Amino acid sequence: MQPNFFSHRDVDTQRSKILRVSAPLWRTRFYLWLVPILFLLIFFFFPLSKILGLTFNPSTLTDSKTISIALDAVRFTVYQATLSTILTFILGLPSAILFARFNFRGKSLLRTLTAIPFMLPTVVVAAGFNSLLGPRGFFSHVFSFQFQGTLTAILIAHVFYNTTIVIRIVGGALARLDPKLEQAARSLGADSFRVWKDVTLPLLRPSLLAAALLVFLFDFTSFGVILLLGGTNFSTLEVEIYLRVLKLPNLPLAALLSIIQLAFTLVISFFYSRIVSQTTTQTAPRFSTSRPPKTFREKIFIAVSVILLFSFFFLPLISLPLRSFTRLEADRGDRGQVQYGLTGDYYKELFVNRRDSLFYVPPIQATVNSLGFASLTVLFSLLLGFPVAFALSKPTQLEKILDPLIMLPLGSSAVMLGLGFIITFGRSLSSPVFIPIAHTLIAFPFVVRALQPAIASIPERLRHAASVLGASPFRVWQTVDFPILRRATLTAATFAFTVSLGEFGATLLLSRPELPTIPVAISRFLGQAGGLNYGQAMAMSTILMSITILGILVMEKENYA
Amino acid sequence: MLELKNIFKTYEGKPLLKNISFTLRSDETICLLGASGSGKSTLLRMIAGLESPDEGRILFNGMDLAQKTPPHLRDFGLVFQDYGLFPHLNIFDNIAFGLKMRKVPPAQIQERVAILLKQVNLLGFEKRDVTELSGGEQQRVALARALAPNPRLLMFDEPLGALDRNLKEDLLNELREILHRTKIPSIYVTHDQEEAFAIADRILLLHDGEIVRDGRPEEIWNDPGSIWAANFFGIGNTLNGVAVLPNKVKTEFGVFDLKCRHKHVKGEKISLLMRQASGASGQELKLKVEDVLFKREQFQVKSRGGLFFVREKPKIGQIIHLRVKVECLA
Amino acid sequence: MKKIITLLLSFVFLLSSCASKGPATLTVMTHSSFAVSEEIVKSFETANNVTVNFVQSGDAGETLNKAILTKDAPIADVLFGVDNTFLSRALEAGIFESYASPSLSDVPAEFKLDSSNQTTPIDFGDVCINYDKSYFAEKGLLVPQSLEDLSKPEYKDLLVMENPATSSTGLAFLLATRAHFGEDYVDYWKGLRQNGLVVVDGWETAYYTNFSGSSGRGAQPMVVSYGSSPAAEVVFAETPLDDAPTASIIGPDSCFRQIEFAGILKGTPNRDLAEKFIDFMLSTDFQNDMPLQMFVYPVNQNATLPEAFVKYSQAPSQPAVLSPEDISANRDAWIEAWTEAMK
Repeated sequence: MQPNFFSHRDVDTQRSKILRVSAPLWRTRFYLWLVPILFLLIFFFFPLSKILGLTFNPSTLTDSKTISIALDAVRFTVYQATLSTILTFILGLPSAILFARFNFRGKSLLRTLTAIPFMLPTVVVAAGFNSLLGPRGFFSHVFSFQFQGTLTAILIAHVFYNTTIVIRIVGGALARLDPKLEQAARSLGADSFRVWKDVTLPLLRPSLLAAALLVFLFDFTSFGVILLLGGTNFSTLEVEIYLRVLKLPNLPLAALLSIIQLAFTLVISFFYSRIVSQTTTQTAPRFSTSRPPKTFREKIFIAVSVILLFSFFFLPLISLPLRSFTRLEADRGDRGQVQYGLTGDYYKELFVNRRDSLFYVPPIQATVNSLGFASLTVLFSLLLGFPVAFALSKPTQLEKILDPLIMLPLGSSAVMLGLGFIITFGRSLSSPVFIPIAHTLIAFPFVVRALQPAIASIPERLRHAASVLGASPFRVWQTVDFPILRRATLTAATFAFTVSLGEFGATLLLSRPELPTIPVAISRFLGQAGGLNYGQAMAMSTILMSITILGILVMEKENYA
Repeated sequence: MLELKNIFKTYEGKPLLKNISFTLRSDETICLLGASGSGKSTLLRMIAGLESPDEGRILFNGMDLAQKTPPHLRDFGLVFQDYGLFPHLNIFDNIAFGLKMRKVPPAQIQERVAILLKQVNLLGFEKRDVTELSGGEQQRVALARALAPNPRLLMFDEPLGALDRNLKEDLLNELREILHRTKIPSIYVTHDQEEAFAIADRILLLHDGEIVRDGRPEEIWNDPGSIWAANFFGIGNTLNGVAVLPNKVKTEFGVFDLKCRHKHVKGEKISLLMRQASGASGQELKLKVEDVLFKREQFQVKSRGGLFFVREKPKIGQIIHLRVKVECLA
Repeated sequence: MKKIITLLLSFVFLLSSCASKGPATLTVMTHSSFAVSEEIVKSFETANNVTVNFVQSGDAGETLNKAILTKDAPIADVLFGVDNTFLSRALEAGIFESYASPSLSDVPAEFKLDSSNQTTPIDFGDVCINYDKSYFAEKGLLVPQSLEDLSKPEYKDLLVMENPATSSTGLAFLLATRAHFGEDYVDYWKGLRQNGLVVVDGWETAYYTNFSGSSGRGAQPMVVSYGSSPAAEVVFAETPLDDAPTASIIGPDSCFRQIEFAGILKGTPNRDLAEKFIDFMLSTDFQNDMPLQMFVYPVNQNATLPEAFVKYSQAPSQPAVLSPEDISANRDAWIEAWTEAMK
């Protein structure tokens, strides 16, 4: 992952002042925004407002039962998101210090490991945790405890997912912090605690806030994790919407909940983009600020953190592939003893169409489908993301208002938006093109956020130099921006790619059974009885995980090369 | 009062400092002068306690600091090249930082900060933001901040490196004055000989991790002690010669009289420093002008690989007569 | 780079062209458990010179909800997968056109719940409690024979079921108890709760995670599942089996029968083809294929059951019965009362 993905935008105030007065600017800006805005209007705002308009009923606001359900959902959502955020920081802050301040063997490997979960599909993560801690997981052989269906499971999964955000944002800021400031404080008589309290923490405040808001937003809108690991007893807004749309139909209530969730998302994104835009990047120190540990205490800190991080991130990831190769089945003839052993059967079985089913899709085909949709998502979201990131890298006042709106698709319930799609697009929705379009909606905010700081960091004088040398605006982009942005583009592309690979909800909106993606294939296997089916679901999840990790590794390699 | 004994330090496997020893006396300003990469900043950071030496001891008033005393208890002030001001604090709080760490009562802090602001000519800047100041102003704040707790020792790490020439001279004078007035012993690190000559009571010349010359500015100027030092300061022309008699040396510019403290045997190769002589002393040299450069009060003439100075502007190709004397470099 | 973009764009066109190839297209909307043999669909397509497009959108409830939401501009011609618990809701919403297939004559009267013929019964299955045979054998425990038995102390902590609010399987079991106990069903549930009933969200979790019979590691040897699940265990066994590891409890009213219907969506431009498709679903070809595809029973009495079904799947002689109208009118209240009882 690009170190500056979540980093603060380098706002060159002089530059934006110049832009605000130059005349042809508005025309350029208009073209930059035209297609992305149209896309969002057609595929997000229109379907969403159509379904909300159709289902929202003001009378729900006076119905005390509805209100109490909504309030309960809000309360629990805020509660679990706050708790998750706090826990994420408890693990994330020491890790951020670890990565920003110290050099040790296997550092970049460990950092990559912590980044992987963020991009993994919830289906895979849930399967991973279950194969480790679930009733039939490896740990259950040692001691028994209830994992699935508990708040603990939700919280652990949230920490698992989002620790990387804290490491990236706070650790990045910490690494960019001028070491002279801490040294100055030391020489002025501050002990290490006062250095932290009076210098380091105040300087990290914007990054801490930005990280906290982002983690909170992801925890707040989390859906798959809560449904798969917690269950519907944990009624967050998103889960409650899902229930009220599909299971216990009460569309007016679902609409009310959707509006509440959108409002929360908007407020959080608003503050987030405010903080990010107000913070200027600290000048990067010329030398790396990290060093090998010196004192015994530092060595202990590193050893403990490394072991902790490694087991927390590695065990769930490795237990899934292990499970997919392990038979945990009973001996059928003379039952009583559970049979253990290694087996490749689950993978072999993936290639067998036992029932000559019309909808049988060989795993290669599901993978090809997934990769095809993912590539299209990359293409779409880069085409839309580049102009927006370009415009937002030096925003005018109006564009600062548009900024938080981009995050909105992250906070809109997939089921509700799905209904909006159905009533808006009707029969044409069965066209497979809608799958990458739906994925693009979710990938778009990530892509913009990945590109924007990189674009902003390109010194304007390089562009000026190019245009003085006779390059047209497009040639400037092609010869200056693009080569410099190669890494950021790769990051953005990987994000779009992995979002699409793991996305499950949108694919179920109205899917063509003959074009299933890997997540759909997984859910099909889980939908039928039989030990082979469960094993195949694990095998398919492993394939999905491998592809995702491969993507992340390619990106990490580029970034640290 | 500050004493460094046999300091060794390696950086990424390469020796950076080799057997450094020196003593700083009270109310003395010394200057560590050397090219970038000579290890002078590292030495400073060791004294500050931000790094520790691989070997050797750092003593202050006879007490060993190297392993035991953490930087915040050393009571040494430090001023950086890029100021190192706290961006989240205003000018007042920056200067007051060290006082607050020492739990000085607020009223006294007020008083002390006011005095310091006056000293660095920034009265009325208390509430300003660090980012509003120019580079020179920021460095004054940094100086005031370092002075505020009345440190036992002041250290400057290329403090004027980021400033332009005029500002540099002004600040250098102010700094000299303040150091003399406060009588705080100081170590000043720079690569700029003019700064060093202007501010130092004593200069330690650092080259290849070793102190190659230690002396008052005028001593060093009169006797740089090595080809490297002479070239570093740009004193005269260095050249090699062979002794033809114990007091005569043959060079590409001709044969010169040589006055050295020690005797040379015939055929011995000697490193020499050729300086222009004043009045009628020295020997005359005939030179054909190859290039002329305007240098304030005089003109620099290039000829046969050496640089010489004349009052009147010669023409290129003209033959000029100069008087020079030759000294041996140890 | 250009090559990649061209490639991707051609992929787009390929995908969009999928939607509109062939002579005529019939769109069939199903729940996501629907499955059918390729060969059988091919034969229908050739016989009628038509392309059948299947679209899936979630479970039975979700599919029906979507059909109701889009009733003004239907997104399909035929809908398959409305079961008897949702039948009234579908009929009230008026999303279907009436069609009486001639093949209905081969369907026993017990399945014909819709006298208006807006929907046609296609298959049925029983939601029953499955139990882990070896667990009971090993412990020397008698297998419970009725719903009442489940409250007995010897079966404490042994049953896992799905939440009726989120799972149609769980709902079916709730309905069975309502049918059996009448108004007293709430007390029955309170008793089950006292007896350590485990409730999970969905069938996948209940069956694969909690149940000990499927892959051997779960904690509960009894699960609310389907009468046909033991047959599926044999068909999808990792190592060939000569006997099913699980079986169903088929006491009086202990199973609830789910009957699935198909209907022609109102406003279809392909009424003729849609009728043919309904006929096709009732044909013995399709009905013979269904059991091993979806693990359900055919409604056509002329259909032949596959061997695995005859051997390992047990159909209860006396499944619990509730009228679709009753279910539709009270479903929410029953679920609520159940949720209350479980608190």
